Amino acid sequence: MAEPLIFDLSKDGCRGFTLPALDVPEVDPADHIPARFLREELPLPSMSELDVVRHFTRLSRLNHSVDIGFYPLGSCTMKYNPKVNENMARLPGFANLHPQQPEETVQGALQMLKTLEDSLAEITGMDAITLQPAAGAQGELTGLLIMKAYHRKKGNHKTKIMIPDSGHGTNPASCSMVGYEVVNIKSDPRGGVDIEDLKSKLGPDIAGLMITNPNTLGLFDENIGELAHLVHSVDGLVYYDGANLNAIMGWARPGDMGFDIVHLNLHKTFSTPHGGGGPGAGPVGVKKHLEAFLPNPRIQFDGKKYRLQTKCRESVGPVLGSLGNFLVLVRAFAYIMVNGREGLKNVSAYAVLNANYMMQRLKKTFDLPYDRFCKHEFVLSGKGLAKYGVKTLDVAKRLLDFGFHAPTIYFPMIVEESMMIEPTETESKGTLDCFCETMEMIAREAAENPENLRNAPVKTPVRRLDEATAARKPDINFFQKPE
Amino acid sequence: MANYIPTTPAELQEMLGAIGVKTIEDLFAEIPPELRLQGELNLPAGMSEPEMTRKVTRLSQNNSTVDDKVCFLGGGAYDHIIPAAIDHLLLRGDFFTAYTPYQPEVSQGTLQCIYEFQSLISGLTGMDQANASMYEGATAAVEAINMATAQTRRNRVLIMQTVNPEYRRVMNSLNTPLGVNLVSVPFEDGTVDPAKVHELLSDQVAAVVMQYPNFLGCIEDVERIAELAHEAGALVIVVANPIALGLLETPGKLGADIVCGEGQPLGIPLSFGGPYVGFLAAKKALLRRMPGRIVGRTTDLDGKTGYVLTLQAREQHIRREKASSNICSNQALMALNATIYMSLMGREGIREVASQSFQKAHYLKRELAKVEGVTFPFTGSFFHELVVKIPNARKVLGKMAKHGIFAGIPLDNWFANLKDCILVAVTEKRSKDEIDNYCNLLGGFING
Repeated sequence: MAEPLIFDLSKDGCRGFTLPALDVPEVDPADHIPARFLREELPLPSMSELDVVRHFTRLSRLNHSVDIGFYPLGSCTMKYNPKVNENMARLPGFANLHPQQPEETVQGALQMLKTLEDSLAEITGMDAITLQPAAGAQGELTGLLIMKAYHRKKGNHKTKIMIPDSGHGTNPASCSMVGYEVVNIKSDPRGGVDIEDLKSKLGPDIAGLMITNPNTLGLFDENIGELAHLVHSVDGLVYYDGANLNAIMGWARPGDMGFDIVHLNLHKTFSTPHGGGGPGAGPVGVKKHLEAFLPNPRIQFDGKKYRLQTKCRESVGPVLGSLGNFLVLVRAFAYIMVNGREGLKNVSAYAVLNANYMMQRLKKTFDLPYDRFCKHEFVLSGKGLAKYGVKTLDVAKRLLDFGFHAPTIYFPMIVEESMMIEPTETESKGTLDCFCETMEMIAREAAENPENLRNAPVKTPVRRLDEATAARKPDINFFQKPE
Repeated sequence: MANYIPTTPAELQEMLGAIGVKTIEDLFAEIPPELRLQGELNLPAGMSEPEMTRKVTRLSQNNSTVDDKVCFLGGGAYDHIIPAAIDHLLLRGDFFTAYTPYQPEVSQGTLQCIYEFQSLISGLTGMDQANASMYEGATAAVEAINMATAQTRRNRVLIMQTVNPEYRRVMNSLNTPLGVNLVSVPFEDGTVDPAKVHELLSDQVAAVVMQYPNFLGCIEDVERIAELAHEAGALVIVVANPIALGLLETPGKLGADIVCGEGQPLGIPLSFGGPYVGFLAAKKALLRRMPGRIVGRTTDLDGKTGYVLTLQAREQHIRREKASSNICSNQALMALNATIYMSLMGREGIREVASQSFQKAHYLKRELAKVEGVTFPFTGSFFHELVVKIPNARKVLGKMAKHGIFAGIPLDNWFANLKDCILVAVTEKRSKDEIDNYCNLLGGFING
């Protein structure tokens, strides 16, 4: 049976929480606020505490999660989220600080932030970091604003950003949000950026290049040095989308590859929980020549005290109403401390080991369009199953029946029927073997009994859902019946 | 050193053998030597869990919390009572270690929670629909402005000066690069005179943005300003405090087209500013302009009710540069936090939180009125936050903090004409004793 909605569980007269009794003399609100500003109806449910706890506990059990099983969702780095980090984020000295408290009363928080900035600068090879952006996409936006501010200051007339066709969807969307036009660059046969295509599109109107390395195929672009040099030759800036940093941490640094701007996803590489879709954190790092443009306030240490500097004349201004997703930053800070310099390098070592191990095995069963060592993830194609009338979507759905989350599918778009698999370093060989066996079994099933795939999943809380009707007649609010 | 890698040395050898390499280094061979990191990262060595815990705990103790002191700070983030049950539910790994519900068949928990969140926000604000959440209040307002400029194809936006100044700075950073012209509308007596708005309206104006209650705690004439805006063909954006909406009329009924705001008051810890959750709700006509995730209710192959991400044709992963926004995630876990809070508190509870906050703030004002030297620059209606003028405000605030009270936020940071004025917020969490103590101490420092 489907879990009812809170509105269906509501019972008039129920209370889930009791406040202390009002202890000040009461006045009539109507004497202080004009009647037209006072509301009558309040369409909220009334539930007991136990009903609330059971409802949300039951709902939680309908989710797949990292804590339940393997989650090889490519480009999302679904690694284990260490439990102790949750404790750190719940320390009263961090969780119960008001953002407007006097600086003297938040010195520990500011010290934590400054230390995290310094650590991330070292890991990326950049000179300065802002922790403000709330997510990867906001980091991109911030980085592009910095790019725009740089060109404005130099008097450059720039209108376009180059993005490889394997780039994340947020890249072009972020460009639009700062008013830059997008120029798509093709991939070469090895899966890297097609240098000739890039050269042919390079010109004085190019503001920069936005690129992920390793890219969304999980492949490291060896030409990155040359690409950076080419873009710099027209005074463009090179932007590193750090979504895939889990591949190279401690092995290579964007700052040493010629990148000017970097964003990181702390909810990927630095193990902060994905939370069902957020909150994340998307810090941005820059080289010295761009530091003045970073969002304000900046955290400064004068040898005695940490201070917030808001007067930064060239800053692109704040991009969030606070210093950042602070408690997410606390978790990442704890993760970096536990791992340390050699631990972080190991993270990438084992992430890459796991991906290559799976790739070597699965390429015997599925098409592997780019057959070379991958980094932290790899992309297979399900096109070989078309002859059985089976699509990648069906493989993904069948995996759910065996207790696995599906890989990222149909992305990157440059691979037909793509499946993007990212195991992360926190999975054991046993889990990887079990997943590979299941994939092989599904491939056999596609040939022998394709209906099983087309009907999948059958063991999940619900079967395939009618997305077409959901979009055509949106039912997105309990109080508004769809037309 | 602790680590989270389960592979044994024997397994490592087996795996390297299966790949056909000798060492892990071989897998990094294609990174050109000159691009490889020479030596180690210049970071401390790793440490065990207890060592890290000790260090991080010590750092956290170098702060004074709102529980060590007594908090009368607001300005967009409020110290409300938070039921214990919430965190136990948020700590369920099934919620916090899942990701965006790309595979709805195994994400019904997250999806249904978001559907409930959308419905609660719609009901609270009086709007036809809400999205799955935004980062926080300021960026929700930025996206609301983007919706309005896209819908009206106009690029001037009137922002009341009584909108949170931090939000206005974020708008300046994020809306202006797209050619939006933000025009500030000054206030008198704590609110904006509708006649002033009328003067500035034209057929170039995409939207009017006001806050309810506004940053100075006062209640704007939302209804009249909305009427004027609509006459000029502009949309009305209201930045609302969701707890105030337990007592105050919905922005929807007062004429808002888009309602957005900060969800922190809905049971989210103050967290030194984040993570919080933004909300964004709108009238039906604006549905396809909404940014971010939206969850819809539908049925599966067996006719069973289920939930999916819907209307994705607006979004970046489909539309790339033509998307309605670059936003990819939502703040699902914080939206869940707010949803559980609203469920636990319920209709009566939210009303009571609002009503007690209102009562206690008005009690504070009555008591402060008795203190010599205290004045109130504004005369209008307020909810749970008010501006208080005291001589040598910054000095007095410092003394109050030393005596255990975060007494208010100095307003001269943002408003040059509000020297010696502080913004004071009172929630249901403050007791009569704390309020009395506040007034006594303040009186002592002003007149002592």
